Amino acid sequence: MSLRNTARALPTLLRVGLAEAVAYRAEMFVWVLATTMPLVMLALWTAVAREGGGGALGRYGQSGFTAYFLSAFIVRQLTGCWAFYEMNVDVRQGTLGMRLLRPVHPLAAYTVENIAAVPMRALVSLPAALVALAVLQPRGLTRDPALWALWTASLLGAWSITLFVNLAVGCSAFFIEQSLKLMDLWLVLYFVLSGYTIPIDLFSPRVQSLVDWLPFRYQLGFPVAIMTGALGRQEAAALLVRQWAWVAATAGVTAVLWRRGIARFGAHGG
Amino acid sequence: MTSILRVRALRKEFAVHERPPGVAAALRSMLHREYKKIVAVDGIALDIQPGERVGFLGPNGAGKTTALKIFSGLLHPTSGEVLVDGHEPRRREDAFLKKIMLVLGQKQQLLWDLPPSETFELNRAVYDVPRAQYEATMRELTALLGLEDLVKRPSRTLSLGERMKCELAAALVHRPRVLFLDEPTIGLDVSMQATVRDFVKRYNEQHGATLLLTSHYMEDVAQLCPRVIVIDRGAILYDGALGDLVTRIRPDRRIVLRFSRPVAESDLAALATVVRHSAGESVLQVPKEAVNAVVGRALANLPVSDLTVQSPPLEEVMSELFARNRPRAATGEAPP
Repeated sequence: MSLRNTARALPTLLRVGLAEAVAYRAEMFVWVLATTMPLVMLALWTAVAREGGGGALGRYGQSGFTAYFLSAFIVRQLTGCWAFYEMNVDVRQGTLGMRLLRPVHPLAAYTVENIAAVPMRALVSLPAALVALAVLQPRGLTRDPALWALWTASLLGAWSITLFVNLAVGCSAFFIEQSLKLMDLWLVLYFVLSGYTIPIDLFSPRVQSLVDWLPFRYQLGFPVAIMTGALGRQEAAALLVRQWAWVAATAGVTAVLWRRGIARFGAHGG
Repeated sequence: MTSILRVRALRKEFAVHERPPGVAAALRSMLHREYKKIVAVDGIALDIQPGERVGFLGPNGAGKTTALKIFSGLLHPTSGEVLVDGHEPRRREDAFLKKIMLVLGQKQQLLWDLPPSETFELNRAVYDVPRAQYEATMRELTALLGLEDLVKRPSRTLSLGERMKCELAAALVHRPRVLFLDEPTIGLDVSMQATVRDFVKRYNEQHGATLLLTSHYMEDVAQLCPRVIVIDRGAILYDGALGDLVTRIRPDRRIVLRFSRPVAESDLAALATVVRHSAGESVLQVPKEAVNAVVGRALANLPVSDLTVQSPPLEEVMSELFARNRPRAATGEAPP
C-alpha cells in the first residue's frame, strides 16, 4: 500500500469524501449543532462577566469572552474528526477487510475522508461565526501576521492530534469491544482541559502548568489563544513545538496500535 | 503450467473465548478467560491453474471462508504456504492487490449513501486503472449486468440483487486475474442467481480470470464449476471433477416417472426403491447398471406419459459425503 498509490488517488478520494459529506447533510447539520457548545458557553460566561460587578473575569470582559468562544467555535469546526466511529464499525463488523483489499492504506483513506468533510462543515458553520466576529468586532483578536502564521501551523497541529487520537481510539477496537467508551473518556477530559468550555487561563496557575503538558489544550485552546492575542510570538512558538511533539507522539501511538491491531486482525479475523 | 494459486500444508487456528452461561461465569471471565483452540483449516494443499473455475464446497464452519480470506491476504495462516500468482497474500503488496478481488456476499464495498458509480470511480482511482480501460470495462459491465438504471441511485435504495450486481461490477473495475467469490448469490431470487452465474462465467471466459467460488446453492456449482474442492472440518475431502464426485459417492440414478393415471406405490416398489411418490409423479432410485432394465419394465407395465433419468441431486451427494466423513474424522481415518 504505497504512498504513491494514495497520492495518485487523492483527488478522487477527496471528491468522493466530499460527496459523502454532502450526502449526509442532515447528519452534518446535527454534528454542527452538537459542536455549538462554545456558543452556549459564550452566553454563560458573558453573563457571568456582566453580573460580576467589574464586568471582567481574569483578562476576559464580555468582548473578550465573545472573541474567545467565537474563536473556539471556529477552531472546533475546522479540527473536528469522527474517524474513530468509522473505524470502530469497520473493525467490529469486518468491513475493514474491504478497505484492506484496496491498494490504499486504510488510515490514509480515513484521513482523506475527514479532510474532505471540512469544506462542507466550514460552509455550514463558519459564515455565521465570521459574520458575528465582523459585527461584534470583539477586542482581542490578534492583528499580528506572524501570529496568524503560527495560528495556521497550530490549527494543523490541533487537527493532526485530533485525527491521530481518533485513529488510535479506532485501532483500540482491535483489542477491546467497547472502544467507543475510550473516546467518551477522552471527550470528558477534552471538554474540561482543552479550553472548550473554560478558557485555560481561568484555571489556577498549578492547573494551567499541568494542562500545558497534556495534549487537550493543543487540540483547541492553543490555537484559540493565538487567535485572541493571549500569546506573544515567542510563547506561541515555544508552545507550537510542544504541540507538534504531541502530534508526533499521537502519530507514534497510532502507528504502533495499527501494526499490532492489524496483526491481530490477521490472526483472528473480523 | 504454473499454478496461479498454490497452497501447501495450510493450517489456520483460532483461539476462541468460551464461557458457560450465567452471571457468575461472566464475572469469572473478567478475571480469567478460557480459550479453546479451533482448527479452521487443517493442512490443506491444492493447486489451481490460470483460468480455472473451481467450486469450493463444504458445510457451514468447514473452513471455506477462512481459506478464501487467507488466499486474499485478510487472514494470516498459522503455518503453511500460500502463493497467488507468485505473491504471498499476507504481505498485501500493491501488485498482489491489483490482481485479485474477494467478493463476500454478506459484506459490501459499495458506498452506502452514494450511487454505485461513485464506488466504481473510487476503485478506478485507487487501482490506477487507465481512463480508457475503465470506460471500456464499465461499458461491458453495464451491458452484461444491466446496470444502466442502477448506477445513479444511492446504493441503499437498491434491492439485494441489484446491489450484488453492482458489487460484482465494483469488484471487476480493475479486471482482477483471480476472483474469490464467497456466496455471491446468497439471498438472491432464482432469476438473479442465474444472471450472476451467467455473468461470472462470461467474465471468466472473456478475460481468462481464475475463479474460486463458495456457494451453498449447488446449482451455482453445477453450472459454473467443472472442478470442485470439498472441504469439511478444515480438511479436503475431495478435489476433482464434479461428475466424478457424483459417480463416486452416488453411483445410482434417479428415474422420474410421470403417469397418465394414478399408480399404486406397491407397483413401483416392485421395480426399485421409491424415493418420492404422488398421484401423478414418482421418483425411483436404481443402481446405474439396472437403469435399462427398470426403464423397460416401467414402460411395459405402467401408464408412463413421461420418463427422465437423472443423477442424484448434488445436495444429496454432498450430504452423503459429509455424513460418511463424520465417523472417519472422529477416528482419524482418511477421507473417502
